[in-house]
Amino acid sequence: MAFLEAQSVCKSYGALSVLQDVDLAIDRGELVAIVGASGSGKTTLLSLLAGLALPDRGRVLLDGHHVREPGPDRAVVFQNYSLLPWLTVWDNVSLAVDNVFRDWPKARKREQTERHLELVHLLPARDKRPGELSGGMRQRVSLARALAMDPQVLLLDEPLGALDALTRATMQTEIERIWQQDRKTVVLITNDVDESILLADRILPLTGGPGASLGPAVAVDLARPRDRRAVNHDPRFKRIRREVFDRLRAGQEWTRRKSA
Amino acid sequence: MMDVALESTASEAVVAAPPAAPSALRERARSVTRAVARTVLPPLLGLAVFLAAWSLVAASIETSIGAVPGPRAVWDAAGALVEEHARERTKAVEFEARQAERKEAFLREQPGEPWIERQYAGKPTYLDQIVTSLKTVFAGFVLASLVAVPLGILCGSIPLVQSALGPFIQIFRPVSPLAWLPIVMILVSALYTPEEAWFEKSFVSSAITVALCSLWPALINTSLGVASVDRDHLNVARVLRLGWWTKVTKIIVPSALPLIFTGLRLSLGVGWMVLIAAEMLSQNPGLGKFVWDMFQNGSSQTLSMILVAVFTIGFIGCLLDRAMVALERLVTYGGAGAR
Repeated sequence: MAFLEAQSVCKSYGALSVLQDVDLAIDRGELVAIVGASGSGKTTLLSLLAGLALPDRGRVLLDGHHVREPGPDRAVVFQNYSLLPWLTVWDNVSLAVDNVFRDWPKARKREQTERHLELVHLLPARDKRPGELSGGMRQRVSLARALAMDPQVLLLDEPLGALDALTRATMQTEIERIWQQDRKTVVLITNDVDESILLADRILPLTGGPGASLGPAVAVDLARPRDRRAVNHDPRFKRIRREVFDRLRAGQEWTRRKSA
Repeated sequence: MMDVALESTASEAVVAAPPAAPSALRERARSVTRAVARTVLPPLLGLAVFLAAWSLVAASIETSIGAVPGPRAVWDAAGALVEEHARERTKAVEFEARQAERKEAFLREQPGEPWIERQYAGKPTYLDQIVTSLKTVFAGFVLASLVAVPLGILCGSIPLVQSALGPFIQIFRPVSPLAWLPIVMILVSALYTPEEAWFEKSFVSSAITVALCSLWPALINTSLGVASVDRDHLNVARVLRLGWWTKVTKIIVPSALPLIFTGLRLSLGVGWMVLIAAEMLSQNPGLGKFVWDMFQNGSSQTLSMILVAVFTIGFIGCLLDRAMVALERLVTYGGAGAR
């Protein structure tokens, strides 16, 4: 049985159907990318997986348990970082650690916070506030906060969407490095096909909202770590890229015909 | 504010001046002059026009109790009030000294007999009245804040509470202090009967009236601030499964703090305005009573005394507002607008 599952999940806001019969199965330790154009319901799907919203029909299962509310076992890295601007970098992460591991001794909580700030190379900025950091640094704090909860699933909602191309590339490498270190189950939401190919084991194209559903998955059989420059000339990369685009486009046409 | 900025540029110029070449020095002096001209001249000009207009108007109006006082007369009246205060203080000190002397003599002649200490019974001076007013408004404001902020947090975070309290807020908010005051006075007379009165009844009534009227801006702004906390921040709280108290202290209050302070600032302003009316009617020995007493005695000094009070009230109100702004800067986090 898959670790994280969505079973014919539907979600609409008022009369607008956002997701229609979405099925999803992700194995433990897998890094799956859900790719779709903006407005295709990616964030809605992630909210359902996180438990921040509940599906109208269908259900979400984590390790066989019905997901009914958000919790620290499904850490979310939000698109706009969602750091608390009045807390320092350290306090943002330790707020999570202190609340998730309430019964740990103080020293252990401190060690947990410190280790995860170290992981994203931000220990030197521990006393800064988010307002004093660059976008990339903020996203790293957000990532550290999510990882420090030691979640079973890490949900990344367009984590790099707001960053410039260079920072984005660095962060992609960073995410791959961190993921290879502890092999968490990761769901990455993105609108960037290349990013998904660089990072994911499998790509799920989310096709054409309103009433979006997931198309068949595209497996990414490229060796890790993936070098962004080398990969660009790899014929497999080009094939996967074409495949993802084709499925996104086919899905779009299908929805258009359906709604026409 | 402007003065502060000006001071800092001026002092920087002074500190950095010595090694500079003459032309650079001249340039710097010129820029300081320009800064002075920009920040100091307009208010001075405004003041001059105001004083001139006032003198002109004052000289041309004759009332039943004499001419309307011009700036000069009001200034003198203020001076007289301060002098009176100094006189009263000297008298009080002299009284204490005399009493101490008498006590000593008394105890020398009749050792072991009980000595009855007497309070100096002079009337409160203008400055005493200012202090009373400040104490009263402070008491009322603290009372209002203690009710308004927690209630606002409840209102903003629980829609049910919001819709339950909404109509009451709508109805009670526009009520004038003059309507509240008689009710408050009667209730205070009935209910506030302690063995040892720490506060005068008039003080309690005024403070409660101030609280009732200044409650609303803080309540409304707090609940608005709490209701508009960033959705993502609340989602963080949900993912972390923060307890209610942690959520309030770590997320809701810090994020609503700017609006809470806006509310408190408005509340203090309203409270200070209301206070004068409340004191007039409840005879709390503050600025309001001073104005009322002056109006009642109808002497040739009446108008200038009342004008002194008007300026005092305005000046203190302005200072209170500045103090709230400073306090807000102190407690809210620096990176405004940062996520």
